[in-house]
Amino acid sequence: MTTRTLAGREVEVDPEGFLVHPEDWTEDIAHEIAREVGITELTDRHWQVVRFMRDRYLSDGSAPSIRTLGKASGVPVKELYELFPKGPAKLAARIAGIPKPRGCI
Amino acid sequence: MTLQMEKVSIIVSRGSLDGVYPGFILANGARMEGIEANLFFTFFGLDAIHRSRAEHIKVATVGNPGLHLPTWLGGVPGVSAVLTHVLEKRMEALDIPPVPEFIELLADSGCGLYACKASVDLFQMDEDDFVPQVAGIITVGEFYEKADGGQIIFT
Repeated sequence: MTTRTLAGREVEVDPEGFLVHPEDWTEDIAHEIAREVGITELTDRHWQVVRFMRDRYLSDGSAPSIRTLGKASGVPVKELYELFPKGPAKLAARIAGIPKPRGCI
Repeated sequence: MTLQMEKVSIIVSRGSLDGVYPGFILANGARMEGIEANLFFTFFGLDAIHRSRAEHIKVATVGNPGLHLPTWLGGVPGVSAVLTHVLEKRMEALDIPPVPEFIELLADSGCGLYACKASVDLFQMDEDDFVPQVAGIITVGEFYEKADGGQIIFT
């Protein structure tokens, strides 16, 4: 684990850049991580996915699968990949300040 | 970590439940990591993308020592259906979709689905036999063109 500065805050991140403590997360941090992973602007549709990921993680203790994301977030799978071309579940989780999803689906 | 791998092409050659799912999970997992993915269905693997057979993919209960069942029992009518049902319920609980839904998920994820021309000819099928997500019936040469520059996995 390393400490780094994101949006002016000192936060702990894992080797892949996921926040270790979800409570450190702020919307400014989300914007900064998004830019880092190549998403220059977070649109409302991005936010819908990011908030869904975060809410599910905070209520269930684990991140939703891509299947659940496509069915329940209100953003279909095709669009998820347009919004997050390098992997919707992984990138949305990182932007949402939650740990990397551990599921295989 | 940053992955070096950019593309994977997975061959599905069997039409049993345990023959189909590993390829699907590998392909979906690749897309989730931002890796380009292709699925190439050959021989009995074609059942996984067959319009009427895709929803009836079953566990092979005969000649499958991994099930730890006596061979005679595996051959009793209905055993394969019951075991398939049990596994399907467990997979649903793990959020693993049934075959037809998995195909939709894969296609929507940008994974290319292709049928092997030699097998299609062998089984006297044509494109109308396949689910609409199948992007084409391709020759082995075309498969290598699509797989070029990436890894190939045979299942």
